[in-house]
Amino acid sequence: MATETMTINMGPQHPSTHGVLQLVLELDGEIVVKATPHIGFLHRGTEKLSEYRTYHQIIPLTDRLDYLAPMSNNLGYVLAVEKLLGITDLIPARANNIRVIMAELTRLKSHLVWLATHALDIGAMTVFLYCFREREEIVDIYEKVAGARMTTNYFRVGGLSEDLPDGIEPIIRKFAEDMTGHLETYEGLLTGNRIWQKRTMGVGYISGQDAIDIGLSGAALRGSGVDWDLRRDAPYCNYDEYDFDVPVRTEGDTFARYKVRLDEMRQSIRIILQGLDKLKPGPILADCPQVCLPPKKDVVNTIEGLIHHFKIVTEGFKPEAGEVYVGIEAPKGELGYYIVSDGSARPYRMKVRPPSFVNLQALPQMIEGSLLADVIAAIGTLDIVLGEIDR
Amino acid sequence: MSKQVVEKLKANFGPLVLGDAEYRGETTVTVERSEIVKICTFLRDDCGYNFLSDLCGVDYLGRTPRFEVVYNMYNLTDKTRLRVKVLVEEQASSVDTVSGVWSTANWHERECWDLMGISFNNHPDLRRILMPADWEGFPLRKDYPLQGPDREPYQGRLS
Repeated sequence: MATETMTINMGPQHPSTHGVLQLVLELDGEIVVKATPHIGFLHRGTEKLSEYRTYHQIIPLTDRLDYLAPMSNNLGYVLAVEKLLGITDLIPARANNIRVIMAELTRLKSHLVWLATHALDIGAMTVFLYCFREREEIVDIYEKVAGARMTTNYFRVGGLSEDLPDGIEPIIRKFAEDMTGHLETYEGLLTGNRIWQKRTMGVGYISGQDAIDIGLSGAALRGSGVDWDLRRDAPYCNYDEYDFDVPVRTEGDTFARYKVRLDEMRQSIRIILQGLDKLKPGPILADCPQVCLPPKKDVVNTIEGLIHHFKIVTEGFKPEAGEVYVGIEAPKGELGYYIVSDGSARPYRMKVRPPSFVNLQALPQMIEGSLLADVIAAIGTLDIVLGEIDR
Repeated sequence: MSKQVVEKLKANFGPLVLGDAEYRGETTVTVERSEIVKICTFLRDDCGYNFLSDLCGVDYLGRTPRFEVVYNMYNLTDKTRLRVKVLVEEQASSVDTVSGVWSTANWHERECWDLMGISFNNHPDLRRILMPADWEGFPLRKDYPLQGPDREPYQGRLS
């Protein structure tokens, strides 16, 4: 009997592709023979646009890369510009402290959406509702801190746009303390669940060596036994002053990545609580008048302050010619910014290294030879966001 | 650490290393375009740069050679970074692919071709990746207007 393969299309309008990802799948019965991802449906030309904007005007563009983790994108970008300016050591301790707290809240927020949608794709509806309940609390904290729920635009080159509002610390602390219990709830629903185990164990396997070769980073790499976390290995924002573990598992399958991310969330809670304990009053912007905006009270009360504000807003600042690459541990992996300056007020070239873009590249390798139903699990476990893949 | 790698590269490849620079604690080495695969294989196998973080093209319009292809690599064992560059002329804008050295380079090189118009010899699958397949032109080039080829050039915010 002759057999022939069938080519089917999945996406870009498909709820399980987490955005506008199109997959062309060649199937032999229910087995995937070949998978070809097509991306670019959300391409907005962020890198081109940034060549026409001053350094401060680019921060809102970065919010829209990985829109599930806006603060991490802001953080990577401002760290790169600070390195380009050579002012990394001038950032006040309080600003770094708040950056760490917000970055870890962002990690929790991003992982909550990952867990919610990943579980929903595989059929666990309840977890979705629970995760979004907790995510809502983080978004509320965002709103109180930055004024926006998703596109926060909170960090600035040199520090933060404003200090934490009064009374927010107990709210963050209460949330972090409650979160430990919530994680137990999620694990109670999933970890020992036989359906969950059958849908995830051994699915989407990738070995450590292959994972390095294809460029996986973040939890996807740590699930394959490679112990690498940029917060520990190349500390930024004083991460070396915090006490946390880097969870690693060696199985390299979807279940391992699930466990790694959940353990990571526990570590994030630890870091947030330590960050709150460390929090001391102090300035939130570096003492760097050529880069940072003056305090608002100076702008409205003194002519010098007004001129200063005006000059920075209209002209921006001019880093000397040079180039830097800064990578941070974003929720989804290594988020890198490569910025080339030609000495003008705008970057000559800005290249974003989005973790999802590189992680998605591993998808065909993970699913070829497995069942069609496992494609859904593999997309979920890679934790992709098309906003940063397409840029 | 990166200094030793530069010395090692110079000792092994001599004239193929065109220059090196240090800026903000980051090391950049410029090497000869024709031998990039050999040099990258050496860096991966003998210097431990087993992780290619990023690969991108930069357009220096008005300079000869016009383009640069930049490889940002990472050593997972001793946690150091290294940046390698090759210079690419406008007329023969092509570089040998390094997707045989790190398979992650596959999509990065496709993106570089798509947006910058630098082609990669022996690439397994050199198609456009972000722009539509029938797109004309290379948007990230400096002579490509921000608002697209058929519209008035962007005039705003010339401060």
